[in-house]
Amino acid sequence: MRSAFLLTRTLDRGATVFLALILALAVAVPALNLLAPPSSPLHVPTYVMALFGKYLCYALLALAIDLIWGYCGILSLGHGAFFALGGYAMGMYLMRQIGPRGVYAHPVLPDFMVFLNWKELPWYWYGFDMFWFAALMVVLVPGLLAFVFGWFAFRSRVSGVYLSIITQALTYALMLGFFRNNFGFGGNNGLTDFKDILGFSVQAQGTRAALFALSALAVAGGFLLCRAIIASKLGKVLVAIRDAEARVRFLGYRVESYKLFVFTLSACMAGVAGALYVPQVGIINPSEFAPANSIEAVIWVAVGGRGTLTGAVMGAILVNYAKTYFTSGALAPYWLFVLGALFVAVTLLLPRGVVGTWRHWRAERQKTLAARREAQRAAAAQPAE
Amino acid sequence: MEPRTTPALLYLDGVTVTFDGFRAINNLSLAIEPGEMRAIIGPNGAGKTTMMDIVTGKTRPDKGDVYFDGIHDLTRLDEAEIAALGIGRKFQKPTVFESHSVEDNLRLALKGDRTVRATLFWRDSGEEQARIARILEITRLLPFRTRPAGSLSHGQKQWLEIGMLLAQEPKLLLVDEPVAGMTDAETMQTVELLREINRERSVVVVEHDMAFVRELGVKVTVLHEGSVLAEGSLDQVSADPRVIEVYLGR
Repeated sequence: MRSAFLLTRTLDRGATVFLALILALAVAVPALNLLAPPSSPLHVPTYVMALFGKYLCYALLALAIDLIWGYCGILSLGHGAFFALGGYAMGMYLMRQIGPRGVYAHPVLPDFMVFLNWKELPWYWYGFDMFWFAALMVVLVPGLLAFVFGWFAFRSRVSGVYLSIITQALTYALMLGFFRNNFGFGGNNGLTDFKDILGFSVQAQGTRAALFALSALAVAGGFLLCRAIIASKLGKVLVAIRDAEARVRFLGYRVESYKLFVFTLSACMAGVAGALYVPQVGIINPSEFAPANSIEAVIWVAVGGRGTLTGAVMGAILVNYAKTYFTSGALAPYWLFVLGALFVAVTLLLPRGVVGTWRHWRAERQKTLAARREAQRAAAAQPAE
Repeated sequence: MEPRTTPALLYLDGVTVTFDGFRAINNLSLAIEPGEMRAIIGPNGAGKTTMMDIVTGKTRPDKGDVYFDGIHDLTRLDEAEIAALGIGRKFQKPTVFESHSVEDNLRLALKGDRTVRATLFWRDSGEEQARIARILEITRLLPFRTRPAGSLSHGQKQWLEIGMLLAQEPKLLLVDEPVAGMTDAETMQTVELLREINRERSVVVVEHDMAFVRELGVKVTVLHEGSVLAEGSLDQVSADPRVIEVYLGR
């Protein structure tokens, strides 16, 4: 009974429709790719599916950012770091799966280690030959880093711009570290040339379809989780912290515990997004830690609508679709200008984002309609005096 | 915990706070009895708000003792712990959670488990509803239950904040300038509201409005330059030549 109650609280009408849409995509796109013949107008080409699979991973990252920024006011400009760490954990598993099929055909060591003349596997690569271990690390490593980072930052009451700046520093520092060869993660080349995942070739159409479906399911799961949190009393506390942090403290809530909880959870979500991203794009390298990536992810959320979960998902997909469209044509050199202009335009003209503005407009309309109906009823009840 | 050292509910002794060489509070001593309502007045910069900051854990004193209930040393606790002991605070500027409904504002303030886990698995109960309804009635906010708090008038926000304090079920309420910006009618209603609250709880009111303090009719403490200048009924303290000097200047 309890779980049924939690579910009805979590899913209002909009959320149910959105969830159904994502789940329908998870089934329909792979089905149309695998089952419809290429000549059919309904056929979804593999490259389109792969592209949108990537966007779905970005959408999950956007959800993670929206949970902390939109609902708790924590602006992280370093969430790309958690995404990349999840990606590296998955990349390490995929590297170990190559086995003796690498260029140097070493049974254990990945190519880049042989190239660097390393004799044995560093300790932190142990266990990554097992999928369950890698899957655990995908969540655990970003989660642990976020927990330690957040524990210090929130306890010292670092917030606002200062917190944003140190999150940038965090991802930048990690980028510099991962660029180094002696760090043991492939230096600037990163991890690539993946062969298979759980025994299936990463290139195979069927694997790609499965990864797309999994990404869609992950977005649905992330969305449900965020909805459940926002609909709970904890969600109300988070919004209260966003709007008047000091007041929440004087009410007796331990603000730092709440921030730490959502920040860590959000980092875990970002890690999962990164792990699904890597097998679909076939590479993970230190450029994923670039501060600009994290800022771009914040722009997706702002465009879609901060504080609306559907907005975060739609923003990530829309902006990335636009990016692909622009950067693959004659307009490629101007993409960064477009992105910058988009951010300025959204901040000035649509501060609520696309979905936020739509919701606001609908609420306002309903209010005026209700007022008009009320006025008519009053007029009807009191015929001419 | 140490043995009880004083019968007073709130006890400040020899408290001093310095900000960059400026003594905001200077050897302040004050005792509030259980069940008492006390008005604190004083010119700007007398240290009224700083005193509240010390009691609620926002500011740490450089020197001096602050005890609650005779046993809790407030100088060692943080805001959340002090709130949990039963000290509620209303700010000078009404701070309510504007995007939450009036009802949710009260729900967040209701006394209860404040841990992350408890709020995550929270569910609405009839008992909670009843407590909220009672507070809505006392604060005259029943018709606005589902309205966002940001849409309330200034006076209503002040009442909502007082309602949030009541929901915390504190032993002691600290109320900073509750009638600033209120109409006369609203001021009189606030007097009634505070009296009603005082039936079960101790209240400390900081206020500039003399008409309001007169209407409250309680013991008055005058602060000046961070320490107590005079104490007694409003008539007594306003006859005190030192008070007159401070308020009217030489």
